[in-house]
Amino acid sequence: MFPDQFLFGVEVLLNGLMAGVLYALVALGFVLIFKASGIFNYAQGVMALFAALTLVGIMDGQVPFSHLINALFGTDVHHFGWHVPAFAAILLAMAVMVGLAWIVQYFIFRHLVGQEPIILFMATIGLAYFMEGFGDMMWGSEIKKLDVGIPQGGSFWIEEATAFLGGSNFYGFFIDQLDIVAAVVAIILVVLLVAFAQYTKQGRAMRAVADDHQAALSVGISLSFIWVLVWSLAGFVALVAGIMWGAKSGVQFSLSLIALKALPVLMLGGFTSIPGAIVGGLIVGVGEKLFEFLIGAPFLGGATENWFAYMLALVFLVFRPQGLFGEKIIERV
Amino acid sequence: MLYRESGDFSETYKADSQTFPIKFDRYRYYAVLIVAFLVIPFVINDYWANAVLVPFLIYAIAAIGLNILTGYCGQVSLGTGGFMAVGAYACYKLMTAFPDVSIVVHVLISGGITAAVVTLFGLPSLRIKGFYLAVATLAAQFFLVWLFNRVAWFYNYSASGQINAPDRTVFGYLVTGPNTEAWAKYLICLIFVTFTGIVARNMTRGALGRKWSAIRDMDIAAEIIGVNPLNAKLSAFAISGFFIGISGALFFSVYLGAAEVGEAFGIQKSFLVLFMIIIGGLGSIFGSFAGAAFMVLLPVFLKNVLVGGLGWDTALAAHLEFVIVGALIIVFLIAEPHGLAQLWRVAKEKLRLWPFPH
Repeated sequence: MFPDQFLFGVEVLLNGLMAGVLYALVALGFVLIFKASGIFNYAQGVMALFAALTLVGIMDGQVPFSHLINALFGTDVHHFGWHVPAFAAILLAMAVMVGLAWIVQYFIFRHLVGQEPIILFMATIGLAYFMEGFGDMMWGSEIKKLDVGIPQGGSFWIEEATAFLGGSNFYGFFIDQLDIVAAVVAIILVVLLVAFAQYTKQGRAMRAVADDHQAALSVGISLSFIWVLVWSLAGFVALVAGIMWGAKSGVQFSLSLIALKALPVLMLGGFTSIPGAIVGGLIVGVGEKLFEFLIGAPFLGGATENWFAYMLALVFLVFRPQGLFGEKIIERV
Repeated sequence: MLYRESGDFSETYKADSQTFPIKFDRYRYYAVLIVAFLVIPFVINDYWANAVLVPFLIYAIAAIGLNILTGYCGQVSLGTGGFMAVGAYACYKLMTAFPDVSIVVHVLISGGITAAVVTLFGLPSLRIKGFYLAVATLAAQFFLVWLFNRVAWFYNYSASGQINAPDRTVFGYLVTGPNTEAWAKYLICLIFVTFTGIVARNMTRGALGRKWSAIRDMDIAAEIIGVNPLNAKLSAFAISGFFIGISGALFFSVYLGAAEVGEAFGIQKSFLVLFMIIIGGLGSIFGSFAGAAFMVLLPVFLKNVLVGGLGWDTALAAHLEFVIVGALIIVFLIAEPHGLAQLWRVAKEKLRLWPFPH
C-alpha cells in the first residue's frame, strides 16, 4: 500500500517519539528545580544513575560501601544475602533520594543563596562529580542489570496489526514494549506533577517560590522546605528515569551521559516550562532519529545522534534565545 | 619583613606599572624562572616528567586559555576538550603534511586554527548567555569529537583511528615521538608556558583585559560605556582558543604521542580544565597555574597514598578521587569562590604587614 522506505521512516519516527518521551522525563527534573530555585541542575543525570544504582543495590541486597569496608578492615563482605521485592525497593530508593535532597539543600545550596546562577551551575557540576564517585563507591561500578518486571522486547500485536500496510519486506512496526510503558509512565507522571503544582497547598507554595522568593517568604512560606521538596521531586523523577533507562540499557556510567541529552531538550523548550520540556523532548527524540535515518547514516558515517540535539539547540537558540515556551528574557542594567 | 614596598622607589612610569611592583615578588619570579630553566632540566627523570611536570605545564596553558574566556570574560565553556582536540588534530595534519617545517611553527599554527574554530562556536555568545551558552558549547564538544572520530581524513585513514606523533626535532634534539628524553619534553613545554603566561598576563592587564572584565561584570552596562561586545567577546574566544589549541597540540604531540579522540579529549577533559580554574581562581593567571598543579598532583598523591601506601583497589581509589574532587569544587565555591589565587593574595596581604597586626 505504501512504499517500504516511507514505512521504515514512520517506524523511525515512532521510535523517536518514544525516545523523546524518555528525554522529556529527565528534562522534567531539570525544569522543576530550575523553576523553584533558579538552579540549573547539571547533576540531574547523575541523580538518575545514582537512583538506579541504589535501586539495584537494595534489590540485590548489596552491602553499601562493601569495597571500601573490605579495603579498610580487610573483611570480605558483599551481600546481605536477601532480595528485596521491586516495589519495596523502589520505596526505599525513594527514601534515599529524599535524604539526598535534604543533604544537598542543607550542606550545599543553603550556603550559596544569592550567588550568581553560573556559580550555582558549577556547584551542581561538582555535585555531579561527587555523586558519581559516591554512587560507585557505595554500590560498585560494574554494569548491572535492572529488572523490576517491566515487559521488554518487541510488541507483537502492533507488529501484526500493522504488517498489512507494506509489501513483502515489511513486517509491521517494531516498537519496544519498554518504550510504550515508559511513555505511559511519563505521561502519568506529568499529569500528576501538573496536578500537584496546581491543586495542592505545597504545589501552590512551590509556584509562589518560583514566581518571587521574597514575596513568598513574606507570606510565610518556608523556602528551605520548598527547596527540599523540589529536590525530592526531582529525585523522584530521576528515579523513574533511572528505572526506565536502566531497564533499557543496563545501569552504568553512560546513563548519566544519556541524561545530558536533556540539556538541549530544555534549551529547545525553554527552561521554565513543563510543556516545553515535553515538546522539546519529542522534537529532539524524533529529530535525531530521523536525521540519523535520512542524512546521518547514509551520508555522514552514522552516530550523529551524539551531537545532533546539541547542534539543533545551538542553531535554534541563535534565533530564539528563550526557547519555544520560555518567558521572554528582559535585561536591565 | 622582606615582603613590603617600603624602600622600593619607582622612578619611571614603566617601573611603576610593571607586572611585579614589589621587589621581593620580582626576585621570586626570576628565581622561579631560573630554577625552572636551569635546574630542573638537569635533575628531571622520566617519572617526574610524565606524571607531574609535563602534564602540569600543558594543563596550565589550557587553564590560562579557559580562564581568559571564563574567568576574565565570563563566558562559561564546556567545550575545552573538543577545542584541545582541534589543536591536536591540526598539529597532526601539519606534522605529517609538512615534515620539514619546525614543530614549533606547527604548534603555533595549530593554535591559530583552533582560534578560528573556537571563534566560530563563540558566535552564538552574542545572542545567548550564561548556562545557555555553557550548554551550547557542549554542542562543540560532542560535534568535534564525533568529527575527528568519523572523518578518516583527520587521522590520515589509519586503521586504528588513532593519531601517532612522528619524530620531530628542535635544534637537533628530539621533542616528539617515543624516544624523546624527559628534559626535552619538559623544556619545550616550559618555553610555551612561559610565552603563554607572559602574553596572557600582559593582555589581561591592558585595555583588552579591562574590556573583557567589563563584559563579564555586566555586558549591557559595558556596551553603554562604549565596549563593543562583538569585539570583546570574540577576541576572548579567539585568544582563549589560541592557547587551548597550543595546549592540545602539545598534549598530543609531546605528552601522549598517540591519541584517540574520545579517550584523550572527551567531555571529562573539559570538566578537568574547568575545575582547574575554579579551584585555582577565576580571573587570575597565577590561579591557572595553581589549579593545574593541584588537579595534576591530587590523583598522583591519592594514587601513591591509597594504592601504593594502603594497598587499595585502583578502581576504589579512582572513585574516591571523584568524591574528593566534587567535594572540593563545592567547598571552594562556598568558602572561597576566588580559589587558591585568593588565598595567595590574602597571604601576601598579611605578609606585607607582618609582624605588625595593622
